[in-house]
Amino acid sequence: MSRKGIVRRRGAGQAALRLLLYAVLVLFCLVYLLPLVIMVSTSLKSLGEIRTGSLISLPTQVSLDAWLKAWGTACVGVRCKGIAPYMWNSVLMVVPAVLISTLLGAVNGYALTKWRFRGADVIFALMLFGAFIPFQIVLLPMARTLGLFGLAGTTWGLVLVHTVYGLAFTTLFFRNFFVSVSDGIVQAAKIDGAGFFPIFFKLMLPMAVPTIVVTVIWQFTNIWNDFLFGSAFTVGDSNPVTVALNNIVATSTGVKEYNVDMAAAIIAGLPTLAVYVLAGNYFVRGLAAGAVKG
Amino acid sequence: MTSLKAFAIASAVASVMLPVASLADGTVEVLHWWTSGGEAKAVGELKSAFEAQGGTWVDSPIAGGGGDAAMTALRARVVAGNPPSAVQLKGPGIQEWAQQGDLADINDVATSGKWDSVLPPVLATIMKYKGDYVAAPVNIHRVDWIWANPQLLAKVGVTAAPTTWDEFNAVADKLKAAGITPLANGSDPWQDLTLWDVIALGVGGPDFYKKAIIDLDPAQLTGDTMIKVFDQMRRMRGYVDAGYAGRSWDLATRMVMNGEAAMQIMGDWAKGEFAAAGKAPGKDFLCWPAPNQGGYILNSDSFAFFKVTGADKIKGQKVLAGLVMAPDFQRAFNLAKGSIPARTDVPLDGFDTCAQKSHEDLLAAISGDKLVPSLSQEMAISRSYRGEFLDVVTQFYNSDMSSADAVRQLAAAVARVKAQ
Amino acid sequence: MDRTAPERIRRRFVIGNLLERWLPKLVVSPLFAASLVFVYGFIAWTIYISFTKSGVLPDYTLVGLSQYLRLWSTPRWYVALQNLLVFSSLFIGGCMIVGMLLAILLDQRIRAEGAIRTIYLYPMALSFIVTGTAWKWILNPTLGIETFVRGLGYPDFSFDWLVDPHFAIYTVVIAGVWQSSGYVMALFLAGLRSVDDEIVRAAAIDGAGPVRTYATIILPIVRPVFLSAIIVLAHISIKSYDLVVALTGGGPGYATDLPATFMYAYAFQRSELGLAAASAVMMLMTVMAIIVPYLYSELRGRRR
Repeated sequence: MSRKGIVRRRGAGQAALRLLLYAVLVLFCLVYLLPLVIMVSTSLKSLGEIRTGSLISLPTQVSLDAWLKAWGTACVGVRCKGIAPYMWNSVLMVVPAVLISTLLGAVNGYALTKWRFRGADVIFALMLFGAFIPFQIVLLPMARTLGLFGLAGTTWGLVLVHTVYGLAFTTLFFRNFFVSVSDGIVQAAKIDGAGFFPIFFKLMLPMAVPTIVVTVIWQFTNIWNDFLFGSAFTVGDSNPVTVALNNIVATSTGVKEYNVDMAAAIIAGLPTLAVYVLAGNYFVRGLAAGAVKG
Repeated sequence: MTSLKAFAIASAVASVMLPVASLADGTVEVLHWWTSGGEAKAVGELKSAFEAQGGTWVDSPIAGGGGDAAMTALRARVVAGNPPSAVQLKGPGIQEWAQQGDLADINDVATSGKWDSVLPPVLATIMKYKGDYVAAPVNIHRVDWIWANPQLLAKVGVTAAPTTWDEFNAVADKLKAAGITPLANGSDPWQDLTLWDVIALGVGGPDFYKKAIIDLDPAQLTGDTMIKVFDQMRRMRGYVDAGYAGRSWDLATRMVMNGEAAMQIMGDWAKGEFAAAGKAPGKDFLCWPAPNQGGYILNSDSFAFFKVTGADKIKGQKVLAGLVMAPDFQRAFNLAKGSIPARTDVPLDGFDTCAQKSHEDLLAAISGDKLVPSLSQEMAISRSYRGEFLDVVTQFYNSDMSSADAVRQLAAAVARVKAQ
Repeated sequence: MDRTAPERIRRRFVIGNLLERWLPKLVVSPLFAASLVFVYGFIAWTIYISFTKSGVLPDYTLVGLSQYLRLWSTPRWYVALQNLLVFSSLFIGGCMIVGMLLAILLDQRIRAEGAIRTIYLYPMALSFIVTGTAWKWILNPTLGIETFVRGLGYPDFSFDWLVDPHFAIYTVVIAGVWQSSGYVMALFLAGLRSVDDEIVRAAAIDGAGPVRTYATIILPIVRPVFLSAIIVLAHISIKSYDLVVALTGGGPGYATDLPATFMYAYAFQRSELGLAAASAVMMLMTVMAIIVPYLYSELRGRRR
């Protein structure tokens, strides 16, 4: 990866400019971090302090009680085991959905670019449109379909839904990447007698690692954060964590415990946060590999 | 404390239900949005009482938007062909589902429990479709309350509740002049409509409320009284502070508690906030009926029963229906929830003074035919009509629309829904 | 793309292998079929429902155009459309400017670039179900920024957009830009990193200043980034739902309603499925107006 700088380290003027540059970057950091800071600080306060003090201030006394409660004992409906069991539900749903939709997207993108057949572009265009469909409108027909398949209220039903509606984006990502890969490599492999799947698994997939990372991050974030499908297509104990979080946070006529709410919200967001923090580097690299070639 | 209490209720209910208990097991799946805090605890009471009879309780909590998310999920469930056996549904929402042919009747339970003689007639009507009981109420919340901070009111020399809206305005003006925010309110459209609801009853009286809101009589909808209701609503906007946007109702209650505002107009679920902070009624806060011309705005939570297949599930439904209406359960549940029993024959000793006042006024309103179902709490008219009221009222409250314009828009909106 | 030579080779070597020839189509077709059913089938269903009198649940009695007539006589719908226009233009514009600016600043051999980049990116990871309450507090005049700045000694400072029906939609834009600008930053950064260093050096030798180098040389090279970013942002803005619900609930009044929240409100809160379907069809037509020209230019561009 090439690195260049327009602002050069030369002279007093440049040094001042550089200082300004850092100041602007740090300022933006503070703005971006503000909501998270408020959430963390509220989660560490006691309920008494929240009730009497300012909502936007640092805690005078740090307490982890809210975190413990959110994780293990907060009531979600009549089940007072905290948010922990629902995290596991989400994992069980997200992992297969992400893997399946990414793999299918990869095969699809590869078939549509490297084995071009008549109508490939039209098929791609028609499939891509699926990325833009507002999910609220598919809710009822999808419910009917799941009912017909006998998948209503099951984790696999939810996996199917997320796979189907994730396919448009995963195909887009992989198609954009494979289009930039030279056809010559594939042709050479074909001449050597390699078939459709051997070329895909041995040659194409290893090359596509940055794109895989981008796709996985994208799908993981979207599916983990989904509330609409999760609330409509799962039942009670198998709810994903977003639904459970909402159940803790959104009381209609009960007493609000903002510290527990905030702690639960951060816990629910931790996996996606972790993915961005750990794999953020690859994210940018992956985007460089695919999207820009446009 | 909870488990002890739960045990006490469970055993109490079991003894009441003894004749059925021998064959009672069954399964219920309950879809509800009482997911946290005191509400979840209240559902917990129901669950443990049900399980005490050997039944299996499957919990399906979906919170969000005051039940909107649960209603969305309910549609998906019904369309998919696996409805839950009991759903927290209320008001005309019950009729909507009954019209689709999705509700099961529980007449046998209702008849043997003599529901007709113990429920307020207005409420009993709401629980029935074509004369058959399809739902059971668990509680009654009163909507037309003023929650007041006695210390702040004493500062301007007010000790008695205002009985007309003119008196209310006089009190509020005094408070404002003394630099005290008279009214705490949040910004959810339903909070605006709650305020409007209470004003409509107080300004127009119960008869006006029934004709204009429940019968949607065009003459009343566009009449002078309606203009006056909007005028009073406009005045209320001047009594709230600048920070009302994005504020939930509980934060507004907290303002009254902390002396940042003198009054809040809200249903008696607000009491739970005071109780959680260890405040006592009569001393730390006051519960005054809002100016209401002897009326009473009723809100009630109920469970509707969906058509399910399988003897086990049907049995579970019946047991749950009987349980919900059992006097001891109603007592225990409503002590936990802060409301009063839906049955009017349950003695209220042990309830706080606000609840006792509520019960007393309820009986008076029933005998004087001045009990009205709440528009804001989805008790009065179907969701499509209520939605139009919600839009017009909240838009009026949050803009500088004139009362005449608001009345015109309201009439047009009602006509638009009727055209469907 | 040069097709003729490899095409000939392919034909010679693969023509005998029927399975290999059909395999790509066999792989693509079930996925394509799924999208036909789950996307186009459901769209067709929605269009049909928009011509029926459906209320609580789907009802297949046709009533002609009456839902559309009712839709277009609902004042709230006009507010939602107007908001979509305001929101999407400011949201896309805001994300592009902030994202591009941050990318250029980060491209200057910054120490701790990885950490800073992560901070700009993390809002993408969180849904508004998670961050909504915090945002509400920040924007609320009595709890958030206004009180905070006044406390710093500026008693006349005012920031009450959330309360003001005319300005509340801008607070939605602010939160939206906060969430999505990091993604645009990452896209541009990726683009900038792929620009050849030689070109930049040549510009420096020619005596071009930093501003001119970016404006006239580098940004034109990463032009494709603009297009992909705008498409992604347009899709986010049309689907925006959580954002509005978490921040303003559509209020004050219904001043911040968007077509997506309008549709949800009518379908599921009001039991007006037919009217909601009519509004959904309108939304889909808007989406098509954006996406079809894009796809057309995309695919034609590739042929060349």
